[in-house]
Amino acid sequence: MNKTVNPKDLISGDDYGPLYAARKKVYPQSVSGTFRRIKWGLMAFCLGVYYFLPFVRWNRGLGAPSQAVLIDLPNSRFYFFFIELWPQEVYYFTGLLIVAAVALFLMNSIGGRIWCGYLCPQTVWTDLFYAVERLIEGDRRERMKKDASSDPMKLERISEIVLKHSIWLLIAWWTGGAWVLYFNDAPTLVKELVTFQGPMIAYVWIGILTATTYVLAGYMREQVCTYMCPWPRIQAALTDEWALNVTYRYDRGEKRTSVKKAAELRALGQQVGDCVDCYQCVAVCPTGIDIRNGSQMECIQCGLCIDACDNVMAKIGRPKRLIGYDNDINIHRRQEGKAPIYRIVRARTIVYSAIIAAVGGIMIYTLATRSLLDVNVLHDRNPVAVKLSDGSIRNAYTVRLLNKSGYDRVIAIDANGPANLTVHVVGVDSVTPDRPMIVIPRDSTSELRLLVTAPAENNPEKSIPVRFHVTDIGLGEVASATDNFVSP
Amino acid sequence: MTDHSEVDTVTGKSTTGHEWDGIKELNTPLPRWWVICFYLTIVWSIGYWIVYPAWPLIASNTTGAFGYSSRADVAVELANLEKIRGDKMVALGAASLADIEKDPALLALARAKGKTVFGDNCAPCHGSGGAGAKGFPNLNDDDWLWGGTLDQIMQTIQFGARSGHTKTHEGQMLAFGKDGVLKADEIVTVANYVRSLAGLPTRKGFDAAKGEKIFAENCVACHGDGGKGNQELGAPNLTDKIWLYGSDEAALIETISQGRAGVMPAWEGRLDPATIKAMAVYVHSLGGGK
Repeated sequence: MNKTVNPKDLISGDDYGPLYAARKKVYPQSVSGTFRRIKWGLMAFCLGVYYFLPFVRWNRGLGAPSQAVLIDLPNSRFYFFFIELWPQEVYYFTGLLIVAAVALFLMNSIGGRIWCGYLCPQTVWTDLFYAVERLIEGDRRERMKKDASSDPMKLERISEIVLKHSIWLLIAWWTGGAWVLYFNDAPTLVKELVTFQGPMIAYVWIGILTATTYVLAGYMREQVCTYMCPWPRIQAALTDEWALNVTYRYDRGEKRTSVKKAAELRALGQQVGDCVDCYQCVAVCPTGIDIRNGSQMECIQCGLCIDACDNVMAKIGRPKRLIGYDNDINIHRRQEGKAPIYRIVRARTIVYSAIIAAVGGIMIYTLATRSLLDVNVLHDRNPVAVKLSDGSIRNAYTVRLLNKSGYDRVIAIDANGPANLTVHVVGVDSVTPDRPMIVIPRDSTSELRLLVTAPAENNPEKSIPVRFHVTDIGLGEVASATDNFVSP
Repeated sequence: MTDHSEVDTVTGKSTTGHEWDGIKELNTPLPRWWVICFYLTIVWSIGYWIVYPAWPLIASNTTGAFGYSSRADVAVELANLEKIRGDKMVALGAASLADIEKDPALLALARAKGKTVFGDNCAPCHGSGGAGAKGFPNLNDDDWLWGGTLDQIMQTIQFGARSGHTKTHEGQMLAFGKDGVLKADEIVTVANYVRSLAGLPTRKGFDAAKGEKIFAENCVACHGDGGKGNQELGAPNLTDKIWLYGSDEAALIETISQGRAGVMPAWEGRLDPATIKAMAVYVHSLGGGK
C-alpha cells in the first residue's frame, strides 16, 4: 500500500510559491551631493553627445559626406571625423568591442559597476524620466500618496499624468529621432522628417526607439538591470576582494541606534554604531534595495545612497561616508584596528590595462599605416588556361582595385612571374606597352579583366606564382597581390 | 470501454486510467485558452480558402476574393527590374561596340548581361566559361573561324554559321573520301602534309611532294596558299596550334574523308539587339578578341 504524501510537505516553506514575483514600484527620493552632481554632469554629457553629435560637420572635400559621424549603409561606409572605414575593415569594430569589454572589466575591478551606475543608457534615461516624474508629480512621499489614493481623479491629477507622459514621449521621440540621424545627413533628414518627406524606414525606426525608450525608462526601469541584463551576473563573477564597491561600512554603522539613544550611550562612553536607521539610503535607491544588506545583484552602484547618508551624517554631526566606495578587506582591517589599504594597481588591473593598451595600440597603428590603395586578384576558373594559336599560354584574372582615398588615382599594373609575360587589361589601351594604366575614381572600387600571356616553351612548370603590383604613378603608393599562372 | 480513471490522492487530480507497472498517468488536459486558440486558428484558416486561391477545380482553381496570384507578382517584379535596367540597356543598345568596351560602366554592364545570357544560351555547347570542346570552338583563344573583331563576333552571333538564316555564314569542309574525290592513300598523304604545315611530325615514308600537289588541287581554294585559312569561308588556319577536331593523323583523316559542318544557330530574333551586343562584347572580352 502506498502511503499518501502531501507534496507540500516535501517542499520547505521558502521554496514554495510561484516563481513569479510582482514588481514593487520604486519611488526614489530626490537627493543632492557629490555623486548626484557627478550623475547630472555625466547625464548632460552623454545625452548632449548622443543628441547633437549628428549635427557636427566635418569637411571631407567635394562629393563626400560632410557629417562628422555617419553610418552610410547604402554606400557601405562608416565615417568618424577623419576616419573612413570600408566594410572589409570591420575588424576595427571587433577591436573596439574588445577594448569596450575589457574597459568594462577594468572599471569593475577598480570601482565596481561604474558603467551601470553612471554611464549605461538604461540608467541615464531612467534617471532622466525619474527627474521628469519628480518635477511634475512631486517627491517620493507625494508620488506614493497619489498612487495609493483611491479617491476619484481630479482634473489636476489627470493633467499631471498627461503632462508627465507627454514629456516622456517627447524625450523618447527625440531619442529615436537622434538615432536615425546617424544614418543619414542630419540637417537634410530633419528637414525631410518635419515636412513628412522622409523615408518610411526612418519613421519606423523613430517609432521603434520611441517605444523602447518610453517603455524601458518609463516602466521597466530597474527590472531591466535586475532581470534582463547579463552584466550583473557576469560582474558578480568577475569582481574580486580588492574592487571598490558601494559598501555600507558596517564596522562603523552597527549597532544601529536612534540619534538620541546614541548620544546618551556615547556620553556613558559606550561603543555605538553611526547608523541611525533613517532609511534615507533606501528611500533614494533607484532599484529599491537596502545597501546595508551588503553587496547585492540589484545594486547598480549609482552612489546616491552615499549622498543620502552623507547628508544625514552631516546633520547629526558624525563623519561622512558611512556608505562609501570600499571593500570587505578594509572593513575587517578597521575592525582589527588597522589602517585601510587601497590597491588600485594590482595584477588584474595591470593585465586589463595592458590588454586595452595592446589592442588600442594595434588598432591605432594599423589605422595610421593602413594602405588606401589595395588590390585583390581572382583567377578565372573556367577555363583555367587558354592555349593561343602560336602555342603560348594565357591566363585570365579578375582584378579588383580599391581606392580608399578622397582623390582619383592613376595606377599602373605590373606582373612578375612567368618568363617573357605580357599583361593586357580588357578595354584599356595602354599608353606604355605591357603596362596598363587605369584611372580609379576616389572612394571606389574598379573591377578589371586582366590577361597574362607567356610563351609555353619558356614556362614549362605547371603552375608559376605571379605577383601583381599596382602602383599609383603620381604618389608611388604600391599594393600587390599574388596568384598563380597555370599551364593547361 | 471501461473508464479506469480515478482521483489521485496526492495531487487531487484525476488520472487517465492508463497504468504501466503500477505507474499511473495524471490527466493534465491542455489549458483551455490554448484549446480555444487552436480552434480559432482552424476557423481562421477557412478565411484563406475564401480570399486566396485554394481549391482545385476540374480545369482551373478557385481564384480567391483578393485576386492574388504569385505569377502576377513575379510579372510585376520583372517589369520593375526592366524599368530599373531600362535606361542602361537603352544606352547599351545605342552605343557602338567599340564605345561600349571603352566605357568602364557600359563594359561592366555588357559583361554582366553577356555572362548571364551566355550561361543560358551558349554554355551547353561552348562551356560555361567559353572554353569550348571538340567541334565547339574555344572562345577564349585568339583563333577565330569567322573573325574575332567585335563586329565579326556580333555577326556570327546574330546570323550563326550554317544556321539556315539568309545571312548566315556558309562554307563547310567537304567530305573528300565519302564523296569519292580522294582515294584512301591520297587522304593519308594529304593528312600528313597538313601535319607538316603545322610543324607536326609526319608518317615515315610520306611523300611530301605528292601531298603538296593534292593540297594545291583540293584544299588551297578554301584554306589558302600554305594553309593559312580564310575567315570569309570559315576555313581554319592549318598552320597554328589550335585544332577544333584534333590534330592527330586519325582525326585529320576523319575530317578529310567525312567532312565537317558544325552548326552555330542564329540568335537574331531570339535575343533582342542590345542583348546580342552585350554578348558580343562579353565574348570579345573573354580575351581572344581582336
